[in-house]
Amino acid sequence: MATQTLIPAGDFRTTYAADTTVFPTRTSRNAMIVGIVLICFAPHVLNEYTLSLLIQIGIFGIAALGLNIVVGFTGQISIGHAAFFGFGAFTSAYLSNRFGIPVFFCIPLAGVVTAAVGLIFGLPAARLKGLYLAIATLAAQYILLDFFARAEWFTGGSVPASAEPFSIFGYSLRGDKKYFYVVLAYVVVCYLLVTNLIRSRDGRALVAVRDHYLSAEIMGINLTKYRTLSFGLAAFFAGVGGALYAHYNQVVSNEGFGIDRSIIFLAMIIIGGIGSVMGTLMGTAFMVLLPESMEWLSVALRDSPIDQFLGLKNNIAFLREMAIGIIIIVFLVFEPDGLAHRWRRIKAYWKLYPFSH
Amino acid sequence: MNTQLLIQLLVNGLVVGTLYGVVAMSFVLIYKATQVVNFAQGELLLIGAWVCWWLLTKYQVPFYLGMPITLVFMFLFGIAIQVVILRPMVGEPIISVIMVTIALSTVFSALMKWMFGVNLQPFPRVFTTQNVNILGLQVQTVYLMSLAVSLAMMVGMAWFFRLSKYGLAMRATAFNQQVAQSLGISVKSVFAMAWAISATVSAVAGVVVAVVNGVSAGLSAYGVKVFPAAILGGLDSVGGAVLGGIIIGLLENFAHFLDSEYLHWGNLYEIAPFYALIIILMIKPYGLFGTKDIERV
Repeated sequence: MATQTLIPAGDFRTTYAADTTVFPTRTSRNAMIVGIVLICFAPHVLNEYTLSLLIQIGIFGIAALGLNIVVGFTGQISIGHAAFFGFGAFTSAYLSNRFGIPVFFCIPLAGVVTAAVGLIFGLPAARLKGLYLAIATLAAQYILLDFFARAEWFTGGSVPASAEPFSIFGYSLRGDKKYFYVVLAYVVVCYLLVTNLIRSRDGRALVAVRDHYLSAEIMGINLTKYRTLSFGLAAFFAGVGGALYAHYNQVVSNEGFGIDRSIIFLAMIIIGGIGSVMGTLMGTAFMVLLPESMEWLSVALRDSPIDQFLGLKNNIAFLREMAIGIIIIVFLVFEPDGLAHRWRRIKAYWKLYPFSH
Repeated sequence: MNTQLLIQLLVNGLVVGTLYGVVAMSFVLIYKATQVVNFAQGELLLIGAWVCWWLLTKYQVPFYLGMPITLVFMFLFGIAIQVVILRPMVGEPIISVIMVTIALSTVFSALMKWMFGVNLQPFPRVFTTQNVNILGLQVQTVYLMSLAVSLAMMVGMAWFFRLSKYGLAMRATAFNQQVAQSLGISVKSVFAMAWAISATVSAVAGVVVAVVNGVSAGLSAYGVKVFPAAILGGLDSVGGAVLGGIIIGLLENFAHFLDSEYLHWGNLYEIAPFYALIIILMIKPYGLFGTKDIERV
């Protein structure tokens, strides 16, 4: 069935394989391949600024994907994701500086180490659920931040740690134009991995735990194992994202891994769509572009009456924070399924255009 | 061993702890009545403090007038939050409700920074005398006031729940919403009232902290400390929250003492409550007085 070019009107799927296929039609698969090929030309077309935005979307998109595994697919709540992101960043910098491991291996290694830390903090998840777990992850956030400030051997304390630039076979990929390909490769691999994870036995177990954990347990799913596992997986992707972030900036400071960043990660998956893989990327793009577009708006409105009333220049940071909060509330109240749902609706509308009713 | 410092810190811990207890009590009130975990509790405290500060400094309102106006404002504000934002969320999954309160806290804290700036503002002097001598120990008047106000809030809360009609309605709703509704209790107004009372009580705590330390964005840290306190006492126990708050306050200051005298790690008192939180969750997740959640299929 996967060889069709268009989805037939009606449900003719006869096998589970056809039901869980990643690309339902040949067209959708080709569109994805063409899209990835097209985006490979981005560094030659776009300017540095746009490129840096794309790189940020990629890096945060990987970390947000991890959060979506734990929140969207397993139904657990994590308010400490940014701390794991930071842990990945510091680990990768530490591994490459201290042991001289090539950066190419440092990034996945940082993911593995962060996953181990995530498993430790996921242990309460074995016994707790819902609120209690949310509060435990909140504590994890503060404890890890305190650890970053304290462990000077690991993070450099108040002095930011430096991170080596990415290199492969002695060829250094420095600068946005080259680093873009590294991030792109990681995004494609990570998103493919998670898409396939959800189709697998383990992925279905995670979803079962989310939907009705008692039934899942009765069906023989090991709750403890899968809850802890989801935390480990989330921390893995956070670690990989953090490591990419470290080698992108080539310096890791204590700033930027606080609770506000965790809230932004949560906002990404809520806006994109909880439990949607591609939605995560949409939500990340939204959340990366939101502060930037506010910046453009404040420049465009300079010296206008609105500017004089709001005092945009001095208060843009506070307005940005408020915008993040308001956007989360608006999405939760009016579009709880996020952008991914909206996108499906738009596609469904055009599929039958102009006879949609 | 520096006994003088230890006693000073323990008194400090008791004062701060009762304040934690008051805030935790208002946090538990919302949780018990409406099943919402309020991550914006610290911001309610902050808003109360700023509103009172604003009335006192900008309009030169005397304290005995400014305080009631603040409380009335916070009462209405609590109702407004519940009606406008949390009422549409009834029946939504737990993650959505939690996220809404987290988003609210972001909005409020940014709004407060925008309106009042990020700097610490001293509160107008309320008392004329600075220190009182009790059993040879110099205690600041504001500390005594803080302790007295906290105790009064706790007694008031206990009276409200045990003896007033509305308190009974609230307890009934917390026990079983459907049954309460069928007995003629308006669950909607109970929900709104829970938020209103919680906001008011938090505002009292906020003003007290402001009188002691001045007002700044850092006040919302009290909202985070609520979690260790409430978890230790049990999420759905009002009395437990008070006790948890006092224990956390003492623990914090005792950690500070250990740190400054022996360990010299720095900042231990800020992080100690969170380690305590994790340990409690691991060994006794339902706290000291919380009801154990038994699920039947």
